[in-house]
Amino acid sequence: MKVKLNIWRQDHRETAGTFERHDMEIDGDASFLEMLDVLNDRLVAAGKRAIAFDHDCREGICGACSLVIGGTPHGPRQVTSCQIYMRDFEDGAELTVEPFRSTAFPVLRDLIVDRSALDRVVEAGGYISVNAGPKPEPNSLPIHPETQEAAMDAAICIGCGACVAACPNGSGMLFTGAKVTHLNLLPQGEPERHHRARAMVRQHDDEGFGACTNTGECQQVCPQNISIKVIGELNREYRSAMIHKLRERGGPLEAQ
Amino acid sequence: MINLDARIPQGPIEDKWHNWLDDHRLVGPRQRGDHTVIVVGTGLAGASAAATLAGQGYRVEAFCFQDSSRRAHSIAAQGGINATKDYANEGDSVRRLFVDTMKGGDFRAREANVWRLAETSTNIIDQAVAQGVPFNREYGGMLATRSFGGVLVERTFYCRGQTGQQLLLGAYSALQRQVAEGRARVHNRHELLDVVKVGGQARGIIARNLVTGEIERHAADAVVLATGGYCNVYFLSTNAMGCNVTAAWRAHRRGAAFANPCFTQIHPTSIPQSGEYQSKLTLMSESLRNDGRVWVPRDAEETRDAADIPDGERYYYLEERYPRFGNLVPRDVASRAAKIVCDDGLGVGPTGRAVYLDFRDAIAARGAHAIEERYGNLFEMYERITGESPWNTPMKIYPAPHYSMGGLWVDYELQTTIPGLFAIGESNFSDHGANRLGASAMMQCLADGYFIAPHTVTNFVSGISEQVSTDEPAFDIAERDVRERVERLLGVGGRTPQTVFHRELGEVMLDRCGITRDAEGLHGALERVREIRDAFWSDLRIEPGDQGINQTLENASRISDFLELAELMCRDALVREESCGCHLREEHQTEEGEAVRDDKGFANVQVWGWEGEGVEPSFATEDLRFEHVEPVTRDYR
Repeated sequence: MKVKLNIWRQDHRETAGTFERHDMEIDGDASFLEMLDVLNDRLVAAGKRAIAFDHDCREGICGACSLVIGGTPHGPRQVTSCQIYMRDFEDGAELTVEPFRSTAFPVLRDLIVDRSALDRVVEAGGYISVNAGPKPEPNSLPIHPETQEAAMDAAICIGCGACVAACPNGSGMLFTGAKVTHLNLLPQGEPERHHRARAMVRQHDDEGFGACTNTGECQQVCPQNISIKVIGELNREYRSAMIHKLRERGGPLEAQ
Repeated sequence: MINLDARIPQGPIEDKWHNWLDDHRLVGPRQRGDHTVIVVGTGLAGASAAATLAGQGYRVEAFCFQDSSRRAHSIAAQGGINATKDYANEGDSVRRLFVDTMKGGDFRAREANVWRLAETSTNIIDQAVAQGVPFNREYGGMLATRSFGGVLVERTFYCRGQTGQQLLLGAYSALQRQVAEGRARVHNRHELLDVVKVGGQARGIIARNLVTGEIERHAADAVVLATGGYCNVYFLSTNAMGCNVTAAWRAHRRGAAFANPCFTQIHPTSIPQSGEYQSKLTLMSESLRNDGRVWVPRDAEETRDAADIPDGERYYYLEERYPRFGNLVPRDVASRAAKIVCDDGLGVGPTGRAVYLDFRDAIAARGAHAIEERYGNLFEMYERITGESPWNTPMKIYPAPHYSMGGLWVDYELQTTIPGLFAIGESNFSDHGANRLGASAMMQCLADGYFIAPHTVTNFVSGISEQVSTDEPAFDIAERDVRERVERLLGVGGRTPQTVFHRELGEVMLDRCGITRDAEGLHGALERVREIRDAFWSDLRIEPGDQGINQTLENASRISDFLELAELMCRDALVREESCGCHLREEHQTEEGEAVRDDKGFANVQVWGWEGEGVEPSFATEDLRFEHVEPVTRDYR
């Protein structure tokens, strides 16, 4: 099958970018990234610069790949970019290929962006503070399978950042909400729940991610099918954390 | 001469590790901050080691080539992690896990290490649960377990089909916490290109910043490699695209001995190759063999759809050949059996290199809901990749290179033959002998990272009193060598992109040094590998420029190391004149095609030393003694 591609090219962070046109003919069972591999080999053979893009596991789990294909983060099927196959498009389709775009994700080159802001949001509180060493017998703390399942539904986030790229506000609330929901639902996460919600939201805002206005674009592109409900959960946790803080201080609201 | 003193502590096997812990040298809490430890790789082993060392108070510099430490390929491990909790009340014990691992590895692993691994396994589950890893639970809220290939008990803990992801995120979160505390730094998008030795000890690394192209020097008191396995030497494998042998190989070139390089596991349940352009193979979790039945049509001329073939005309070859273990035989046995039926012309699919993995009976017996719950996401993944639904038609699977049991030789303390250089996780030659059992890789990585390396590294750095500066001449030399190699790659000036050489190398290795091997094929492979390497260095063309991101340079640099490793793998396979585990020499098998092991000649670890480019490597063996388990012939029938 044939496709016409308009691919974003940008030398580095500080330079302006532009679209470059490429025509490709390839088997429908090739993955989108394999199509780019073939194109890159051809570019290099012709003495040109290869198209830089992030990718690693190519199984949809590492979260490295981060293309906006045809205007949609990851492409048409709510899977990661690496799980898009050429057969997902019509023969002769014309597609734009861009990096994830967001204030918090500066472009490093071509289709590669810097998503370390997500790491810093986790750094702020996306963990349970335990060091390695002897721990209590885990079955001494039974967890209802429904709770475990709900935590797992959020914990499966792969940290790709498609939610941010899809959001008109560039919000990272789905990502942040997923981590807070995962940990705050579990009894192990209880002691730090308030600090976690506050610190992660603060870091989220400091990184330049926008606020959530419930457009729901994020869950439409999430390859792990994480529901916007985690944002509701995050808001609830955040509110309760702020009230908790108020109680701690015992002061009036406007003093906070 | 390679010194292979494994430094196994004295005492009965169940006391060895405790004795070692009782006697090892400590570093006071206030002094730990004076010591820097470099950890390369942030998968399960690296992230857990980095987090633990930083948690103890050391300054940790962690490196990964990915854009975030959360993306290492451990994340893709699906099935589960073993631990001898015996929650299923089956009489499971440390000894049983020890015996299963020794036997699964076909008696080519070190007893003392394997015992320690089995012992540590329960701590890992405790640790992970405390971190908030959401393991599957039973209705009463207790942890759930399931069985896995090669064993007769249910000791595998799992988080749906994403156990590796959840365990890695646990370790990653722990590491990020240390970053927040200021005790650890993560250098992402950095690749180790050399290990620096000062006074015979590993005291630093040379790394390339993959964003700016800068060559950087980093000094430390000890270096821990947690850089994974080398199955991408086969080009098509289940490893991530970036997985490479570079760190281990460059360490080898600096004097770290390499053990059992030919021990590579070809996993039985991967989605078969579909086309020329293909860049990698996707694994289907081995847990599928719990409920799926493996078969091929009895008739090589069969043309009907799988669903239309009646039971009597299906050859359930694993169940017939191995009635006791059936579809749950270990990976090497399952892979070989698949190859044999396909060689006999019974394979299915367009290429004839595939067998069916069928859930029809499991769905009928246990209900679609139960199957959906266990394997739903795996079924979805399969359908996404192949366009076929396992609910209606059996999956097609075929073996694919998956894991390397070989790696850097380490002693009991996980230290390589370079003092101060440690290798953990898949990067060392490991506790898995000649074949790794399912759900044991994550166990080993986390045992090494959380519970073993932090103590053995402490023991080592306690003897270090002086910091080294990156102005030492050893850093100058290593940096010069790295620059020369980068310039050499950029300057070949040929016409062929690096992938072409990699694909050729992979084809040779899979064909000659894959599921089965023989002397003639290996000699041929040695010649072919050298030819490909010569062609690579005379006809390579990559993108120019060492400033800024250049992924063709990164890739070519890794391939250049695979081209050297491949030769060592073939040499190693040639020397090992027996069949054991993953290593089936055609010359050494019974008439029924079962492996013939030679315990008199080869109950050992084969270890290789680098002697220089174009020079024969040196060779030594570490003899293995079996005092706690009798090396029986593996019989899964």
